[in-house]
Amino acid sequence: MAAALSFPIRAEPDVVDRVGQIRLLYFAWLRERVGHGAETIDLPPAVTDVAGLIGWLRTRSAGHEAAFATTATVRCAINQEFAQPDSRVRAGDEIAFFPPVTGG
Amino acid sequence: MRIIRVQAEDFDIGAEFAALAAGGTDIGGLASFVGTVRDSAKARRLTAMTLEHYPGMTEAAMAAIADEALRRWDLLGVTLIHRIGTLRPGENIVLVLAASPHRQAALDATGFLIDWLKTKAPFWKKECFADGGSAWVAARDADNAAAGRWE
Repeated sequence: MAAALSFPIRAEPDVVDRVGQIRLLYFAWLRERVGHGAETIDLPPAVTDVAGLIGWLRTRSAGHEAAFATTATVRCAINQEFAQPDSRVRAGDEIAFFPPVTGG
Repeated sequence: MRIIRVQAEDFDIGAEFAALAAGGTDIGGLASFVGTVRDSAKARRLTAMTLEHYPGMTEAAMAAIADEALRRWDLLGVTLIHRIGTLRPGENIVLVLAASPHRQAALDATGFLIDWLKTKAPFWKKECFADGGSAWVAARDADNAAAGRWE
């Protein structure tokens, strides 16, 4: 974040450009259920970890509720590294939710 | 040598072999795996498969998997190429190449690389069927077991 603040605000609308925000990404059927692939939100003060964030997101819309209804099949990455339900969430993070991977 | 690419276009297996072999004449064996799109899934006829990925994390995960293979085996080079977008039955999905002074390291590393690619790199497949339906592919226990044997 410190580096980003030393430059003019970037033109892309899909970057975290305000202190206290997190960037959320959704892939595969989570994206379809949420209804979009990315959103930037203010980090809710009560949210400290991935499990807490999922609980908060479930109340955001019917689509979010559908996406996170079966958390056994939801995986998470924070800043592009696999994370766990108790992994810490901090302002400025890029947090992605997706099903178990099926490439290859 | 480490060649890692995520791309929509097809790959030329011969050209990729040549590129990896150009790494040196100390190579004694080149092993390969090519994954392709099957024309059916669970007895339903498949018309297309769409591959989605997480740009940035995918390339980093593939590089980490390649580095792990280079750490575990005596390898002179590794190639990982994974396609994205909509693919038809018979089309290539993924290419794994491993080059080594001796065959066993190349063969073992190739098995390791595809097993870990399938379970640790953020790609997702959606199948489209001739009956008009479509479905995201679920992770398979067999794939996790295959990846687990390298732990």
